[in-house]
Amino acid sequence: MTSPDLLYSDVEDDLRSSVRSLLADRCPPTAVLARCEGDRPHDLPLWSTLARELGLAGLLVPEALGGHGASAREAAVVLEELGAAITPVPFLSSAVLATSALLACRGAEPELTSLASGGLTAALAVPLSAAADGAFPGGVRADEDGVLTGRVGSVPDGAVADLLVVPAVGPDGPGLYTVRTDAGGVDRSAPVPLDLTRPIADISFEQAPGRLLAGPGQAEPALERALLTGAGLLASEQLGIAQWCLETTVAYLKERTQFARPVGSFQSLKHRLADLWLELVSARAAARNAADALAAGSPDAPVAVALAQAYCAPAAVRAAEECVQLHGGIGMTWEHPAHLFLKRAKADEIALGTPGRHRARLGHLVGLPG
Amino acid sequence: MTTVTADDLRERVRALLAEHDPGSTDRDDFLRARFDAGLAWVHFPVGLGGLGAPRGLQAVVNAELADAEAPDNNPPRIGIGLGMAAPTILKFGTDEQKHRFLRPLWTGEEVWCQLFSEPGAGSDLAALGTRAVRDGDDWVVTGQKVWTSGAHSARWAILIARTDPDLPKHRGITYFVCDMSAPGVEVRPLRQITGEAEFNEVFLTEVRIPDAHRLGEVGDGWRVAQTTLMNERVAIGGGAMPREGGLIGIVADTWRKRPELRTPDLHDRLLRLWVDAEVSRLAGERLRQQLAAGAPGPEGSAMKLAFARLNQAISGLEVELLGEEGLRYEEWTMHRPDIVDFGGRDAGYRYLRAKGNSIEGGTSEILRNIISERVLGLPSEPRNDKDIAWKDLPR
Ligand SMILES: Cc1cc2nc3c(=O)[nH]c(=O)nc-3n(C[C@H](O)[C@H](O)[C@H](O)COP(=O)(O)OP(=O)(O)OC[C@H]3O[C@@H](n4cnc5c(N)ncnc54)[C@H](O)[C@@H]3O)c2cc1C
Repeated sequence: MTSPDLLYSDVEDDLRSSVRSLLADRCPPTAVLARCEGDRPHDLPLWSTLARELGLAGLLVPEALGGHGASAREAAVVLEELGAAITPVPFLSSAVLATSALLACRGAEPELTSLASGGLTAALAVPLSAAADGAFPGGVRADEDGVLTGRVGSVPDGAVADLLVVPAVGPDGPGLYTVRTDAGGVDRSAPVPLDLTRPIADISFEQAPGRLLAGPGQAEPALERALLTGAGLLASEQLGIAQWCLETTVAYLKERTQFARPVGSFQSLKHRLADLWLELVSARAAARNAADALAAGSPDAPVAVALAQAYCAPAAVRAAEECVQLHGGIGMTWEHPAHLFLKRAKADEIALGTPGRHRARLGHLVGLPG
Repeated sequence: MTTVTADDLRERVRALLAEHDPGSTDRDDFLRARFDAGLAWVHFPVGLGGLGAPRGLQAVVNAELADAEAPDNNPPRIGIGLGMAAPTILKFGTDEQKHRFLRPLWTGEEVWCQLFSEPGAGSDLAALGTRAVRDGDDWVVTGQKVWTSGAHSARWAILIARTDPDLPKHRGITYFVCDMSAPGVEVRPLRQITGEAEFNEVFLTEVRIPDAHRLGEVGDGWRVAQTTLMNERVAIGGGAMPREGGLIGIVADTWRKRPELRTPDLHDRLLRLWVDAEVSRLAGERLRQQLAAGAPGPEGSAMKLAFARLNQAISGLEVELLGEEGLRYEEWTMHRPDIVDFGGRDAGYRYLRAKGNSIEGGTSEILRNIISERVLGLPSEPRNDKDIAWKDLPR
């Protein structure tokens, strides 16, 4: 096994800085906070700029289909930045989850082309909590004409998708179907989400016309591939969250004075932050390792992804919890953005498999059975 | 200047092996020849055991030589020399010192120890009181050092001593190379919680050190020592290793071979530690990739912190996993080992020896101070020892 490249390339650094400067301009935490209470929690104008001008919608789509032909490594860098700004855009759901599922199917070129152009936004119709090692979902059924009936809950960014990639059980078994949300028979409702910056949708299908993309034998690995890619890249979003929380907390503790000295000079706080920094450094290695393994199509990718999730998910939660605690009263307010990061981190912990589930998976993968 | 490639190195290894068949060559002779061929530490300069090549290429040489079953220099036996003395001599030594010391240091013909800590100066190392007084071409050194690992096997020591008590503590220190066989050096074993005596106390009574054995300028010893300490933390934090290469591999083996020991609680804890160990390994790997060209920074301290915590947690779990067997210990007889070997001993030894990992080379508390101040830029605690002469410090 050659050792993974855990650093950032120049191209990745450039991509990061263009995403970062756009977000600094268009998506400060105050704007996210203001938006998430309104009836349009997603920032679709920003998404349109990211999707079309920076080409993020088609980052993983091959160049021949109008995309960028980039790898999971670049997508990971984008997710670090989107996480650090808790940007309410459907990048993970459309450009990673749905796109990865489509990329694993034959004959999805038309959909991929539309996605890459930014003309269409998609969502993978599974609950955000779905994990790659789970059973194939059975909540939606398809008839022989590809007409879908059933329900799926808690679909991330489902409300703003034009196209759904739906795992459904057809007459011959598992299949992946695409369904336009503007076709008849698709009903979407928005439950109140814990994470205000990544809204979820409950979707029901009542005789909704679908197009079969992959049947039994192909649909399962395609779905698994998408969820594995999503989980591996989510680790980079978690890294971005942890990074923001640590930086913000350090800056605040240098500035906040009590007992006639900066509270950041008290050793009990310094040691907590040192530990947090160590976790951040470690999370970065784990997230990069997962992105690199996915990009390389390494046989080690399932281990790298489970490892990254088992580590980065709790690291992000801890960073956000420490951020709230070490800000004192202001950390408990609605006005301060810390809670948005806490809610995102906590929802991300459940997303695409909990840390415990990923640990159990690792136990199987590396030969440490219970 | 052309850069050295992996293929160049393979070629050089082939030439070395052709001229010095490891099967029939004396071990020391082979190691000397390897050093002279620039294959000892390829990132060192030409003429000093290296080729000025990227540090990362050392792995190529090691792998080729291991394939040929060539002898190595047994790094765990000479860790202080390789990990601490050598980088310091390289950075601060004169040409003469580099040529005198580095070759036998690397081959292991001369073992090194570290005379830094004192009874009154541990974490606060800069408070040290061992005195060095100039006398003609020599320095006369008197004082007491403690916790000196391997002093009983060492030929040379890196030593810091106070040359000017009238300056604030960080400024009046000078760095020396001390001959452990010189008159006035007395080494007494200190028995450890493992039963054996890896470390010692060292009494220095009017030991004469030639000025030619000073490293760096007079009064600049604290800065020189920083190089040693940074490298020490990187060395303790561990070099490149494969998955399950550390203590986690030992527990994982036991887990696989002995299903009767398994419980759900231990399983969950084992997997948590496996995750932490593997992520730390990757973080170390990432750090090495970053450092491939440069020198260790405070991030190395972070790896040492992680390593200590992991070793302690894993070895603790191992004793517990063994159940009834965990009640037994190999032997408590007093030894003076010249190597620290975690792998070759029993679980109880690992558990006890790992306790030292968060003390040696800077305690975990001190490392957290370093990270929070030097990496995160948080303010230091109010201090009252910075600007007063060492001799006037409260004791
Ligand atoms: C196995 C082993 C091998 C060693 N080998 C060598 C060697 O070869 N050469 C050598 O020179 N030394 C060696 N040492 C010594 C080691 O470097 C010192 O023990 C260490 O630096 C701590 O110093 P101390 O023992 O005086 O403890 P102290 O400094 O007295 O510390 C006592 C406690 O107070 C804490 N503490 C101290 N200051 C602070 C602070 N500012 N903030 C928070 N907490 C603080 C410490 O973390 C520790 O928990 C070795 C030690 C061990 C255990």
